Amino acid sequence: MSNGTSKIEYVSYLEHQGKYEGIFSWIFATDHKRIGLLYMYAIITFFFIGAILGLLMKIELIAPGETIMKPQVYNGVFTLHGILMIFMVVIPGLSAVFGNFFLPILIGAKDVSFPKLNRFSWWIFIAGSIMAVASQLMKDGPPDTGWTFYAPYSTSTGTNVIMATAAAFVLGFSSILTGLNFIVTIHQMRAPGMKFFNMPLFPWALYATAWIQLLATPIIGITLLMLIGERLFAIGFFDPTLGGDPLLFQHLFWIYSHPAVYVMILPAMGVITEIIPTFCQKQIYGYKAIAISSLAIAGVGFLVWGHHMYTSGMSENARWFFSLLTFIVAVPSAIKVFNWISTMYKGSIDVKPPFLYALSFIFLFIIGGTTGLLLGSVATNVQVHDTSFVVAHFHYIVFGGMGFAFFAAIHYWFPKMYGKMYDYKRANIAWGIIFLGFNLLYFPQFIIGIEGMPRRYFDYPIQFQTSQIISSIGGFILVSGLILMVFNLIQGARKGKLAPANPWNGSTLEWQIPSPPSLENFDEEPVIKKNPYYYK
Amino acid sequence: MSENKLHIEEHRDDEASKLGMWLFIFTELLLFGGLFLVYSIFRAQYTTSFHESSLELSVTIGAINTIVLLFSSMTIAMALSAIQKNNKKLALILIGITLFCAAIFLFNKYFEWGAKIEHGLYPGSTLMTLLDRGHLLYFSLYFFMTGLHALHIVIGMILLIVCYFKVKSQNINNQNYVLLENGALYWHLVDLIWIFLFPLIYLIT
Repeated sequence: MSNGTSKIEYVSYLEHQGKYEGIFSWIFATDHKRIGLLYMYAIITFFFIGAILGLLMKIELIAPGETIMKPQVYNGVFTLHGILMIFMVVIPGLSAVFGNFFLPILIGAKDVSFPKLNRFSWWIFIAGSIMAVASQLMKDGPPDTGWTFYAPYSTSTGTNVIMATAAAFVLGFSSILTGLNFIVTIHQMRAPGMKFFNMPLFPWALYATAWIQLLATPIIGITLLMLIGERLFAIGFFDPTLGGDPLLFQHLFWIYSHPAVYVMILPAMGVITEIIPTFCQKQIYGYKAIAISSLAIAGVGFLVWGHHMYTSGMSENARWFFSLLTFIVAVPSAIKVFNWISTMYKGSIDVKPPFLYALSFIFLFIIGGTTGLLLGSVATNVQVHDTSFVVAHFHYIVFGGMGFAFFAAIHYWFPKMYGKMYDYKRANIAWGIIFLGFNLLYFPQFIIGIEGMPRRYFDYPIQFQTSQIISSIGGFILVSGLILMVFNLIQGARKGKLAPANPWNGSTLEWQIPSPPSLENFDEEPVIKKNPYYYK
Repeated sequence: MSENKLHIEEHRDDEASKLGMWLFIFTELLLFGGLFLVYSIFRAQYTTSFHESSLELSVTIGAINTIVLLFSSMTIAMALSAIQKNNKKLALILIGITLFCAAIFLFNKYFEWGAKIEHGLYPGSTLMTLLDRGHLLYFSLYFFMTGLHALHIVIGMILLIVCYFKVKSQNINNQNYVLLENGALYWHLVDLIWIFLFPLIYLIT
């Protein structure tokens, strides 16, 4: 601006000098892009802590009997692994990181509706995370209830359950506020001409997710408060000796925690829906079907919680009804898979790292989804309930689904976020190692699960050892692949080639602005005249 | 275009703020919804004990508190109208009356709770564990629900105190009153929850 003309000088959001300097320019940032990155750094850190805990469990399970830790330590390790991975990694994962970064850009806005509230959500996310970690270090010892906090064990164990549940409560509050912010943003901040039905599909997925976050999270909030009350004052809601009902806890817990599964997977589906048309250079197939199936998943997802409790004591009628609803919720997911594959048909496919991750997402998601149907039907569920079959199933969905979508998203949007490009070759190799390691790690668990290996056990009979060893080797391969992937990305951010504004020839709004974007994203408010997926 | 500056100007969208408040109210309703669910299950299970226990409560105090809260909902709504008509002085008085009503409510609650605690009737007390299960769960629910509601009263009061000073410093005025509007909305929510709590806890037969 030195020449005094009205031309705006382009300054990227990474270099923009605001009110604060140094680290405070991040901690006090209200810019949605900076907040997105902050979430990302925190979440990747927690992810690696969780992964190392997982690896420790795999080492413990390499041979029957005690290998490296005592049973009580093992209980603490899988509990912390669960709390970290569920509440601090996969639930906030995609919506807080890529939702924050790209939702406003994709709908042509300068920021979310409430930037300060957004910053506040990030602060309480960190506060909750610190509490979760603190619960491990305080003097009564780490909680050993599993991430599900089932009563009455959670009301009677001597470990730090109160701190851990309070942490989950605070993290839930952060999730609610993020969801609230996104709903208002989507309603109020869309660029002129952008109707709901020419919004890109990632915002659609975030919209459905945000409603789940908003409506389901308070239930876990009150449940955890009741659990804390139970421990502090013996209020007796869940304790059968005081007249309460432990099953009530399970119901209340899953009324939230099943929809929470869709908080994890819906944005993942949204990311995949963005990536596939870009790398096929083809209009998405069935735009409306995908948009509406997101809402359908969110809606029906509220009504299927009972399938976690077939063996806990429910009437036969309740069981078949929940089973039926579970099968119904699979339909919109299948619609999405169908549409992704149809989009690829006759497209000009360009196999770049993001597309590889997206493809493997579909593959793993199909395995996870179909085994989910096996678990959703009452008869087979009773057979494999609480076995490592369940563990394998939800890792295929949560890691193979949400995790791979996260990696896909990071490889897809990396050039936009940092303005640099990572090394394709190394990214492809890392993808191969991760994909191989992942399947080695979790597939054997399906088999030993059917054969009767229970979950959360630190010991097992000798006949499971071969599978357990394969699984443990897979764990090491997976973690080494993850390290290579992160190394490649860090190298890319530091020394990578400068990325052009639109390296993949994408058609959505984020590719029409410079990389990295300026603070206000758009110099001129964009006016939308066509659907978001338009390729010449 | 030439007027653009490289910093985000304070973005103001009253519609968005109100929408945000409504969504937050949904979450609050669901928070209490979980408790109402627990209440209805135990009430179905221990119908007679719940009836007997509810006789221990003073319907008079409960009714007074209901009237006080309803009245305060009216005054806060009037305060909003006063601000819209640019009558700052009246608005301050009306917010003051609302806060005073809230204080009366908490004052009554204090005596109600105090009397029970004096008799050894509170969660975790030895007397409670001697009661039969239905009575125990009723009083646990009583303390939990009214306690959580009282906490919301306090939060609402803090919000209204902030509004009071903002009205005083004219940060809330007839052009920009969305904060007071949201404060009033929240206060109506607190009131609404009480409207459900009062019959469920005091009036059941």
